[in-house]
Amino acid sequence: MKVRDPQDFWAGLMFMVLGSAFMWLAQNYAYGSAAKMGPGYFPTMLGGLLVALGLITLLRGLVFDGQAISRFNWKPLMLVMGSVVVFGIALPWLGLVVAIFAMVIISALGGHEFKLKEVLILAVLLTIGSVAVFNYGLQLQFPIWPW
Amino acid sequence: MEILSNLLLGLSVALTPINLAYCFAGVLLGTLIGVLPGIGPVATIAMLLPATFALQPVTALIMLAGIYYGAQYGGSTSAILVNIPGESSSVVTCLDGYQMARNGRAGAALSIAALGSFFAGTVATILIAGFAPPLAEVALKFGPAEYFSLMVLGLTGAVVLAHGSLVKAVAMIVLGLLLGLVGTDVNSGVSRFSFNVPELSDGINFVVVAMGVFAFTEVIVNLELKEKREVLFKKVTGLWPTKADLKAVTPAVLRGTAIGSILGILPGGGALLSSFAAYAFEKKVSKNRANFGKGAIEGVAAPESANNAGAQTSFIPLLTLGIPSNPVMALMVGAMTIHSIQPGPQIMTAQPELFWGMIASMWLGNLMLVILNLPLIGMWVKLLTVPYRMLFPAILLFCVIGIYSLSNNSFDIYMGVLFGFVGYVFVKLACEPAPLLLGFILGPMMEENLRRAMLLSRGDATVFLTRPISLGMLIAAVILLLIIVAPSVRKKREDVFVE
Repeated sequence: MKVRDPQDFWAGLMFMVLGSAFMWLAQNYAYGSAAKMGPGYFPTMLGGLLVALGLITLLRGLVFDGQAISRFNWKPLMLVMGSVVVFGIALPWLGLVVAIFAMVIISALGGHEFKLKEVLILAVLLTIGSVAVFNYGLQLQFPIWPW
Repeated sequence: MEILSNLLLGLSVALTPINLAYCFAGVLLGTLIGVLPGIGPVATIAMLLPATFALQPVTALIMLAGIYYGAQYGGSTSAILVNIPGESSSVVTCLDGYQMARNGRAGAALSIAALGSFFAGTVATILIAGFAPPLAEVALKFGPAEYFSLMVLGLTGAVVLAHGSLVKAVAMIVLGLLLGLVGTDVNSGVSRFSFNVPELSDGINFVVVAMGVFAFTEVIVNLELKEKREVLFKKVTGLWPTKADLKAVTPAVLRGTAIGSILGILPGGGALLSSFAAYAFEKKVSKNRANFGKGAIEGVAAPESANNAGAQTSFIPLLTLGIPSNPVMALMVGAMTIHSIQPGPQIMTAQPELFWGMIASMWLGNLMLVILNLPLIGMWVKLLTVPYRMLFPAILLFCVIGIYSLSNNSFDIYMGVLFGFVGYVFVKLACEPAPLLLGFILGPMMEENLRRAMLLSRGDATVFLTRPISLGMLIAAVILLLIIVAPSVRKKREDVFVE
């Protein structure tokens, strides 16, 4: 057996794993009957369907030729997602200003070019804009400063 | 003339200063994100949803709708001037639009795109006003069995929208349905798939899913690509099309509008499908087909009219049946839910000002877009020179502030990050996220209607086949599926997407 279409093969496997997980978790909930469906009925059906569709996709990946999976670009992925996480941690503790600066600088590191001066100007502009629009304009309640 | 009095009621709502202002804000923002590649209406509407909490429901919906059709106008600008589609629905506009620009006819291409869109928008507005009331009347008679079958049909339609493997698109729908079930089950009160996390007992917020798999993933994928954005035409002159141009494009605009209007109503339809289909069709029937790809003005007029018509008529199934036909409409469902409006046929009778106000605002919005767009081209062009490295941190920031303000809680942000990772894996495995989002929105509704239908029929599943409307919709779904699977159509569908 050789994987001829890695995209389909792995997608199929992913669907099968997720479908089984949903089915397995759904066993904790009452199944009921067709006339009186419990909370476990619909998810079990869908989970089974997802496993079946995953199996078809996986088998297609073994039979038909397809494209290779392009390389994961870890740098932008981790920096962009990381910057969002940092924002989420920083906002309630340290306020909007610190959170924006941290996020803009970290995410900008994930771009093709990084010019510190440019990034700092961007962060200042975004901070002023956000405070004006979200705090004063839309009256959303955020802490602004760490103190 | 009931239509007329209804439209007048709509105009009286849409013409209030506050609604006019938000309509303007919506179309302006829509054009802006339409011009900019790398951010689309789905992410923008998701981003702005929380900000509309404070507004009146009708005002919020007017603005959000404006973003969607405004983006169709903006998308053509970058397609014509930079050969980069600002929106996916403007991909085909690049083919002839950019060639026209290279021939020194950028102005004519832009104005034809705008005027064609305006014409299409006007027709679509009238169509909604004419078709929605009778359709809603039919829908009021629907029972749970009909609704279930209708959703099956709608989701089948979503498969048409996805390019690539059909099985994968169906699997993505099912996965979306499952994710939609996370949270407290309304019938039994059992908290499902929530791992005892209190934040999950209300379910996953769809804004979080949309933001993760669309906005975050889009930013990361864009950062993988090397940035190339050349603005060739800094100065656009000769905005007015010649008489010969107008004569040439009239049939193309009419055909594009017709195709777009029909494909917009169909489940799974919308701006994207309409523009592809209209271009492919025009290339077959136009008198000028030899020049297609070399700067034929018909090749700009048809898809641009079609995508605007399709963007607007896709509101018909949403407003009359309560069924979203594409991801943007799925977000509109979310917007209505935020304002505790149940989308469906009862909107028109229970809240006529909301319904007609929104429709009238679409026509006003289109008018604003024509007036706005042509003189402001210079500004949009300048905007295109802003490098992406300055844009994406701003996009990210608006996204996270939007997510955070959903419940003033960082938990949703982390969920968004999780879906960002998941969305990236989907891209790598060539799985389309749009069907997932539709499934996600429809999941709870589908389960509810399935349960009710089966309860009423005492567990007899043939109820879906014995009720004529339900049977009709299931047959339509099967036909739709067979059409897509049929080898000849399949090949054509691939061709259309490849072009």
